[in-house]
Amino acid sequence: MNETVISVRNLTKCFGNFRAVDGITFDVGRGEIFGFLGANGAGKTTAMRMLCGLSCPTSGSGTVAGFDVLREGERIKRHIGYMSQRFSLYDDLTVLENIRLYAGIYGLSHRQTLRRTAELFARLDFRKERSQLVGALPLGYKQKLAFSVATLHSPEIVFLDEPTGGVDPLTRRQFWELIYETAAAGTTVFVTTHYMDEAEYCSRVSVMVDGQIRALDTPAALKRRFCAESMDEVFRLLAREAKRGD
Amino acid sequence: MGNFGSFIEKETLHILRDRRTMLVVLLIPVVLMTLFGFAISTEINNIDVAVVAPHRTESVRQAVERMASNPYCTFKGYIPSDEIDRVLRRGEAAAVAVFAADYDRIAAMPAPAEPAVQLIFDASNTNTAMSGAAYLQSILTGASTQASPVEMRLLYNPQMRSAYNFVPGIMGMIFILICALMTSVSIVREKENGTMEVLLVSPVRPMRIVLAKLVPYFMLSCINLATILLLAAYALDVPLSGSAGAIIAVSLLYLVLALALGLLISTIAEKQIVALIISAMLLMMPIVMLSGMLFPVENMPAVLQAISCIVPARWYIEAIRKLMIEGLPFAAVWREVLILLAMTVVFIVVSVKKFNDKLE
Repeated sequence: MNETVISVRNLTKCFGNFRAVDGITFDVGRGEIFGFLGANGAGKTTAMRMLCGLSCPTSGSGTVAGFDVLREGERIKRHIGYMSQRFSLYDDLTVLENIRLYAGIYGLSHRQTLRRTAELFARLDFRKERSQLVGALPLGYKQKLAFSVATLHSPEIVFLDEPTGGVDPLTRRQFWELIYETAAAGTTVFVTTHYMDEAEYCSRVSVMVDGQIRALDTPAALKRRFCAESMDEVFRLLAREAKRGD
Repeated sequence: MGNFGSFIEKETLHILRDRRTMLVVLLIPVVLMTLFGFAISTEINNIDVAVVAPHRTESVRQAVERMASNPYCTFKGYIPSDEIDRVLRRGEAAAVAVFAADYDRIAAMPAPAEPAVQLIFDASNTNTAMSGAAYLQSILTGASTQASPVEMRLLYNPQMRSAYNFVPGIMGMIFILICALMTSVSIVREKENGTMEVLLVSPVRPMRIVLAKLVPYFMLSCINLATILLLAAYALDVPLSGSAGAIIAVSLLYLVLALALGLLISTIAEKQIVALIISAMLLMMPIVMLSGMLFPVENMPAVLQAISCIVPARWYIEAIRKLMIEGLPFAAVWREVLILLAMTVVFIVVSVKKFNDKLE
């Protein structure tokens, strides 16, 4: 790991007496695909919101893309991309209009927008789809488009919140190829997922239980440590210890 | 700022793409104005009157003539007195004028001790009966030779046109409907679809996202304002006697208020349907019932009068009536304008605060 782009120490978020995220510490390097696992209610979403600069930590410290999570939330936002499980483009706008909107939000110049749009269309092999309404695209296309739009401004880190929910296996495969390409180009990918086969694709994986990180290593090392056949087994062994419910 | 521009472009596209909704929004004022202007009318245009006159003397005939020649009355003929009930029941006439047997003598008296004419009305429709009675009475009193001790003059709306009354009311309703309802639903839609989340993670300031939403709806409402004023002036002959500038200025303030209200609703509601219900029930009902649009505020029980004070439409409608119908100058509505201004500020402050709280 040559260069860290995310580094957090004892990051904690309380809602009243409830410690949603309870002192998590980890580093993520450039170009890594970092799997962020945890059952529902384990605190994944809260942790991710803090890293995205949406929510201010109660205590602890950390930097994302070189900016302080406590004080520089707005600057973090400029250097990250985000795609959520819920489809996040506008159905009633065309593919091009969606791209233009995001280019505008991230302040890309006209020339940059044109160049990146052309690259994006070439990579996704979009032709007549360009001027179609996004709502008319098949789900797999939408998902890939949403990912490409989230990385349009070449962010240092892209956060993916369960990006492949409800997508067929073939499309998921293609989606992960996109993720690999992006990571190879130097963008760090921070991804949460419920599919344990996807966890196997990650460079490193962390498992959150009850607001704390219980395990963090490469998938191979985790399987060795827990004497498990698959990441699915590892996850089940860890999640069993959970005290708080859904 | 570049990204503000692209947001407004996006919002405009949303509206333009949803053709049906846009059409409805643009047509609502036209439909309402036409409905209220021509169909739902509280004016009396035609009263069918039958006459009972035991002696058709010269003066009786003159009075009946005056009535018959009046465009608002239709003379249905003379009937015998035992027919009165039947004629009214069958709806052959809405009113019967019964002349006293010694009409000439009573009408000639300087201060009549007994009635010269009795008016019998079918009061199953109270509104028609009341205003018809007043109208008929004025025609017949004009017939008597001596001057009535009470002289009546109808200022500002001498023809008693109901259009004068409802145009401000419709304006008070439509702008809330479009601004508050449409904006709140459109903001909540983004929450529901999950696109709001993506926008919040972007470097755009949250308030700017919301402001960009308000701009196209503001424009749409301006088109509606123009439609209403043009229709009022040219199709319904509402005088717009006050300064058009003042009417537009007060209306623009009201638009901003309605947008702020929509913003406030969007911070409370999590689902589009909730936003819709809040806007429809919590805003529309008081506007229709308590704003003085249909029922005069002065006639309400004290409790309702107090509640009506917090209905923004009440003050707007009052101000527009003064400006539009009474033709008063801008200075005459400063109280209403101040109240509207204060309400706007409160709505904006509360919704911005709630919006920011929600983010954390």
